[in-house]
Amino acid sequence: MSRRLASGGRLIDRARPLKFTFNDQHMSGFAGDTLASAMLGRGQVLAGRSFKYHRPRGVVASGAEEPNALVGLGKGERFEPNQRTTTTELFDGLSATSQNHWPSLEFDLLAANNLVPQFLTAGFYYKTFLRPRAFWKHVYEPIIRRSAGLGRAPDAESRDPDRYELVYGFADVLVIGGGVAGLQAALAAGRAGARVMLWEQTAHWGGRAPVDGVEIDGQPADSWIKSAVEALEGMENVSLRLRCMGAGVHDHGYVLGNERVADHLPGASGPRQRLWRVRADRVITATGAIERPLSFAGNDLPGVMLASAVRDYVVNWAVSPGRTVVVTNNDDAYRTAIALKEAGEDVPVIADARDEATGALPQKARDLGIRIMTGTGVQKVKGGKTVTGVALCRIDSDGSTHTEVLDCDAVAMSGGWSPVVHLWSHCGGKLIWDDAQAFFRPDPDRPPLGHDGAGFVACAGAASGALGAGDGLADAHAAGAAAARDTGATGDAGHPARAEAPEEAPLRQVWIMPARAGYALRMKMWLDFQNDVKVSDVQLAAREGYHSVEHTKRYTTLGMATDQGKLSNINGLAVLSDALDQPIPATGTTTFRPPYTPITLGAISGEAKGDLFQPLRRTPMHDWHAANGVHWEPVGQWRRPFAYLRAGEDVHQSVNREVLNARSNIGLLDASTLGKILVSGPDAGRFLDMLYTNMMSTLRPGKCRYGLMCNENGFLMDDGVVARLDEQSFLVHTTSGGADHIHGWMEDWLQCEWWDWKVHTVNLTEQFAQIAVVGPKARALLERLGGMDLSREALPFMGWAEGTLGGVRARVFRISFSGELSFEVAVPAAQGRAFWDMLLHQGRDLGVMPYGTEALHILRAEKGFIMIGDETDGTVIPQDLNLNWAISKKKDDFLGKRGMERVAMTDPDRWKLVGLETLDGSVLPHGALAVVEGVNANGQAQTEGRVTSSYYSATLGRGIAMALVRRGPDRMGEVLRFAGAHDARIEARIVDPVLHDKDGEKLHG
Amino acid sequence: MLLLTCPHCGVTAEETEFAPGGEAHLKRFGPGSDDDAFEAYMFNRKNPMGVHFERWRHAYGCGKWFIAARCTVTLEVFGTYPAQTTEPPAGIVETIKAKRPEWEGYK
Ligand SMILES: [Zn+2]
Repeated sequence: MSRRLASGGRLIDRARPLKFTFNDQHMSGFAGDTLASAMLGRGQVLAGRSFKYHRPRGVVASGAEEPNALVGLGKGERFEPNQRTTTTELFDGLSATSQNHWPSLEFDLLAANNLVPQFLTAGFYYKTFLRPRAFWKHVYEPIIRRSAGLGRAPDAESRDPDRYELVYGFADVLVIGGGVAGLQAALAAGRAGARVMLWEQTAHWGGRAPVDGVEIDGQPADSWIKSAVEALEGMENVSLRLRCMGAGVHDHGYVLGNERVADHLPGASGPRQRLWRVRADRVITATGAIERPLSFAGNDLPGVMLASAVRDYVVNWAVSPGRTVVVTNNDDAYRTAIALKEAGEDVPVIADARDEATGALPQKARDLGIRIMTGTGVQKVKGGKTVTGVALCRIDSDGSTHTEVLDCDAVAMSGGWSPVVHLWSHCGGKLIWDDAQAFFRPDPDRPPLGHDGAGFVACAGAASGALGAGDGLADAHAAGAAAARDTGATGDAGHPARAEAPEEAPLRQVWIMPARAGYALRMKMWLDFQNDVKVSDVQLAAREGYHSVEHTKRYTTLGMATDQGKLSNINGLAVLSDALDQPIPATGTTTFRPPYTPITLGAISGEAKGDLFQPLRRTPMHDWHAANGVHWEPVGQWRRPFAYLRAGEDVHQSVNREVLNARSNIGLLDASTLGKILVSGPDAGRFLDMLYTNMMSTLRPGKCRYGLMCNENGFLMDDGVVARLDEQSFLVHTTSGGADHIHGWMEDWLQCEWWDWKVHTVNLTEQFAQIAVVGPKARALLERLGGMDLSREALPFMGWAEGTLGGVRARVFRISFSGELSFEVAVPAAQGRAFWDMLLHQGRDLGVMPYGTEALHILRAEKGFIMIGDETDGTVIPQDLNLNWAISKKKDDFLGKRGMERVAMTDPDRWKLVGLETLDGSVLPHGALAVVEGVNANGQAQTEGRVTSSYYSATLGRGIAMALVRRGPDRMGEVLRFAGAHDARIEARIVDPVLHDKDGEKLHG
Repeated sequence: MLLLTCPHCGVTAEETEFAPGGEAHLKRFGPGSDDDAFEAYMFNRKNPMGVHFERWRHAYGCGKWFIAARCTVTLEVFGTYPAQTTEPPAGIVETIKAKRPEWEGYK
């Protein structure tokens, strides 16, 4: 059985035992263990249950490719599901729980799915969900939600307490993978003088070479690795990072890396993980290769492992799975038998699918007394929750009879190796099929291309298909030297190290075992362990017409789990190719997509959360608002006061008070967020005539004019007041949210269409504080400050004047968005707060009172003024809002004019702006639809209008609304029915939208 | 994420420093144009698989608009030039022809 060996383990420190729990059971391991090695070391082979069938599952691999041994890590706010035990470094106090079982790992009732495996064959979801419709929600979905799936999502209310950071980096040459090939490539590029970054996803340099007993430059791999790392650390132009996974290679050498800084150091200060965003001139992927499983019946039982993983556990962590049968189609797996034997473990047989096994490694195994059976495969694995034995058969048979049955604790399988081509492929690198080695490898003639059209990714070592250590080092050296040269480095790259390793005989391509296995065996052969996809599923998909590998993937879910098919991909498409009777390269691979292994969302968001999620723009009066009961409303990146709450008030009461005060005394509005763009130059008037639907060039200095801006479709985009400052300059006011966009819009036309026009634009929004002084006593207050004649005669409605108010330089615009006597005063931003305080102080006995954006909305709605974003939604033309008066008929052209001439824009049935009065005085729901009898083709109610603004008007003491209604203005007095919640219908009468001061006496006051 | 060089200020920067503006060298059709011409101006885009001219603004830099000639398949950038032109500069056209002999021209 699986256990810790008495000696050995190159990565563990037996002097430092560590305690951890698995499903609340106390266990211990050693410093240097992974969670997988620690669990196997104390005999815990069963790690979880499978996705669909709830079959018992144990560790298959020893690294990032692990599909089975996923656990929930941590507790409470630090809980994380679906963590691979094979890449989790053990630390004292680690807590892990198994997933996807009910009620317990050992006893799972849903394993009954396993008794009727036909229940969940390929395309199950598609077939089942076809009918009957009502069954989806009430039968299938609850069953599937309970039985299928992996880890639980963390509690929605919990907040990740850890810190994550984003780091930008730049490199001439980025080497991903710190095995001996990666080290060699980095040495070559570093010596040549390039700026080099080297990343390794595990906690150790050197990769597999030490486990495989490779000798480099006459020394054991471990000591060459040590000196190579020391040499690299000694180079100022090289930086090295362990625990940093190359996640994705993107356009033009943009590479993401996920560094697990402190996952293994709970409680350490600093970030838990770092997301690297690196621009590299050249990328070398030295990402190694991954061993393939063999497809035989029962290959998913706990105790069936990759041969290389068994070797890793024995050599790195002194963990043996027990008495092990090795089954292979190549020489490399003999290393596992040899390692087990040398550790004193029992290897009853090596079953080799090939007709003969005569290479150096088989010979060494024979010399150690291990029995080798050629032409032999596994008929089936025996066992329940773990392996208890294996039945062997002739490899070319149909598997109906076995040749021998052996007792064992484990099966070590090897179906050959596949280069890790993910990073090469992310950005368009192409692959070629290497039939001799039975894998896809990068085609060096078709690399991903950079901005200059040159290839910017190269592969090194096993990742390029050079599996042997000797070839791999030469290949890696060449890649490192070439990459450095490409980036202009001129130094001497030195020579590659020389590796000694036994010659290996060719493998035999084995995609299912035995070759002519019948259905009963094929439906027990797992391809994708995590998603429970079997050989029979892929064959069924092929029979049902799924010929494209991308379609088969989605139909069967092969390779769609969190491991993205690292083990299953090649085997699956080989089985599909066989079923379609075509060569493997004709089938091709599915698309490799980043990230290489999953990245936690915290690392992706980095520090961009909470207050740092986005920049906060503050007006000069921001702090006053904050100190005076403000209820904020986000407007773009601004915070604007929605209302100011006084003691004992709710928001609704505050808003009503603010509205009434503005109508009867004086309201102050912080309008600083309003866009202010200076447009100047000899052609400024001509330019604004193109931008606005009405004429701006005829505006006289000292005057203001309201204008509408449309896009080329004729749809209303922005509105605001333009003030002509002098002959050549205009101050354009935009909506608060539209300032940046409109400034960009202006620049677009000036730079790209009318670049010969002499116009200059500047966005001055933040240069001025702007305060609307609103209400019947507004003039009285401003006159108290002194310095300007603001009388009706000196400054009539829609005029503006410049001067000094209370000692502060000011521009006063006599405009109104409330229907009241109103002045908008712009002062330099630095004096905004002082001016605001002055108004509050001087106006105290006049009843001055700030109001927020909600009161602003109500005041304008009472007056029937439209609001961009409420009455408009990107499909509304000015004519829909009865704003024909603001569309010039004299101009030959303006932006949107041609768009408005289209047939649909002049349709008399268009929905047009009206006011609404509910019959019962209630407030209509915002966005409510006016419904008429009958249904449309989809069975939905027919509609003839919708509410665009709806408020409670304290002035009128009832609900008021604006709406767009089919032929609305022609239907004054008609009663419409609006849809409310729970099928309620609310009746409202169409009225004039102007409900306050219809004659404009106050406005012009 | 692309790397682009602004031809106005000479800065080579990340794509996130720029704002895209769609297909370049469109001719505006205003009042008086027929429906087909207006429709084409508003909505019909080439969306080519290969050589493409597109507008970019150096939004978080000098603020200027320019045009990038690039391959939508390989992402190779053939060159960038200021937007104040109705057709690509001869030098860029030559570069593209040399690299993409089958290219049918920008029209
Ligand atoms: Zn620039």
